[in-house]
Amino acid sequence: MTVPTKLRAGRPAGPRPLRIPGGISLRLERRALAVGLLLAVTALALAVVLIGTGDFQIAPADVVQTLLGNGTPANDFIVNDLRLPRVLVALLVGASLGMSGAVFQSVSRNPLGSPDLLGFGYGSAVGALVVIIVFKGGATEVALGALVGGLIAGLAVYLLAYKRGINGYRLVLVGIGASAMLVAVIQYLLTKAQLVEATRAMVWLTGSLAGRDWGQVWPLLAACAVLFPLVLGQGRALRMMEMGDDAAHALGVRVERTRLLLMVAGILLTTAASAAAGPISFVALAAPQLARRLTRSPGAGLLTAALMGAVLLMLSDWASQRAFGADQLPVGVVTGLVGGVYLLWLLVTERKAGRI
Amino acid sequence: MSATVSGAASAAGLVNPRSTQVQRLTAENVTLGYDQRVIAENLSVEIPDNSFTVIVGPNACGKSTLLRALSRMLKPSAGRVLLDGQAIGSLPAKKVAKTLGLLPQSSIAPDGITVSDLVSRGRYPHQGLLRQWSQEDERIVHESMASTGVAELADRAVDELSGGQRQRVWIAMALAQQTPLLLLDEPTTYLDIQHQLDVLDLCAELHENQGRTLVAVLHDLNHAARYATHLIALRGGEVIAEGPPAEVVTAELVEKVFGLRCQVIDDPETGTPLVIPAARQARARTSA
Repeated sequence: MTVPTKLRAGRPAGPRPLRIPGGISLRLERRALAVGLLLAVTALALAVVLIGTGDFQIAPADVVQTLLGNGTPANDFIVNDLRLPRVLVALLVGASLGMSGAVFQSVSRNPLGSPDLLGFGYGSAVGALVVIIVFKGGATEVALGALVGGLIAGLAVYLLAYKRGINGYRLVLVGIGASAMLVAVIQYLLTKAQLVEATRAMVWLTGSLAGRDWGQVWPLLAACAVLFPLVLGQGRALRMMEMGDDAAHALGVRVERTRLLLMVAGILLTTAASAAAGPISFVALAAPQLARRLTRSPGAGLLTAALMGAVLLMLSDWASQRAFGADQLPVGVVTGLVGGVYLLWLLVTERKAGRI
Repeated sequence: MSATVSGAASAAGLVNPRSTQVQRLTAENVTLGYDQRVIAENLSVEIPDNSFTVIVGPNACGKSTLLRALSRMLKPSAGRVLLDGQAIGSLPAKKVAKTLGLLPQSSIAPDGITVSDLVSRGRYPHQGLLRQWSQEDERIVHESMASTGVAELADRAVDELSGGQRQRVWIAMALAQQTPLLLLDEPTTYLDIQHQLDVLDLCAELHENQGRTLVAVLHDLNHAARYATHLIALRGGEVIAEGPPAEVVTAELVEKVFGLRCQVIDDPETGTPLVIPAARQARARTSA
């Protein structure tokens, strides 16, 4: 890829423009585009495989036939009523986490500035646990509790980290502090719980896709339908902000407004994901970094990060089902394991590069 | 455009009594500070059109603060900054960015970004969701790299470059913004003498050949005297003197602004004022 650009002497290298008469021109980075397409195809293929995986195996071709409405009644029930909503939740949760991870890492200019570590996930957990343990509420109330808890935690972290604007390090430090306090609250709630509630709480805390149905899909889909375009629309401004607030400001980006908008959208995406599947760890941390390494482009590829998140979560779900049988091991355990290894690797490489 | 604006401005009684013509960028009785700390009070400054204005003064005199206010980075707590006769804070951000560019003191080159990619980001205010990379954008990015001498580096990663090259790349980015007014906050800091002059030569070229109005904050008084067409000397948030360097840079003024005893002679190379600080013993006597 580098050879032709060297040969085109005197012309700026970089993106290939797509120009349509009428003044429309789009900036396409070929590698990012190729990676994006590859990830989208992988995500779809994984979804089909995942729908066919379980106690009752269905061949991918039959899954596709059934999805298109040409399946047997038995397959139709298993695919469309049982497994499709679960896979859609996995896809949307993974994509939401990937995108919000990219937003927060870019806003904090820190690969560790992911919503996992900033305390929003723990905020959701406290909200959910209060509903489970104190109010003994049902699944819908738990999801609502997670949503409210995450939003309160997110708002508190933002306000505490705000001092003449948001600074990346302050955001990460405040987030770590908030996480520590929220973990203490979680521990306290667990010690106060009866055995049944404590078990429910622990299952929720691990993050699981088991038993997810259309009731989880619709609200999550609605949130994504609003928030994804909103975040993607701010993508170019976010790229400018990677050069520092002053540079972005000089280029005409309304820095604080853009940042607030993106952070609110990121918090909403994270909490919507937590409400649907519990706090799935490390997808938000790992997906943007892995996507970046594949596209080799600077900055947050918001869409590639989202696709990578979906792929990661579905891959983890498939691996856990293959290795341990359907619904034996919550997917959060697998992402936690994979993510822990990834975090160590990240710390080692960042340290070698002298950044921490 | 300037004719109608100045007409409207004079009708509204905004013309500064010190000049007959309203300049494009002015600060009117601004009070500047951070939180509770006031750095400048009731400060008024005019940037003459088509000038290469240099702001000088001792540390903490408010020169960078003034530049931040002129570039709408800092909102004055009183008074206002006017761009083409309108309060700069009330104008749409992208519109300002098409008229007024800024080279900030600290910018971050994202990891692994290439020179051409960074320079092309200067086109942001001219772009939109559906107009992301026009032929004009491409041409201007190419021209900006050519006029700053970084065209050969187009495919190189910015983090691999030397400090002087990197500063040229950032200037190229500001040029790609195509603004008639360009502010530079200490553009020569951290560069060796060769690269300092290199950057200043580039600024002088931009001013002379492209007719841009340049405003720079500089530390080196002799550089300021050599390159500026208009000098603003600040101390404690007040303008002590302004005008062409030949009139402004005198031994008296340097002592007043910097508290430094010195001689001012003609620069043997350029004929501009050259400040020679007094010897250590002589300065010790005065401060004792």
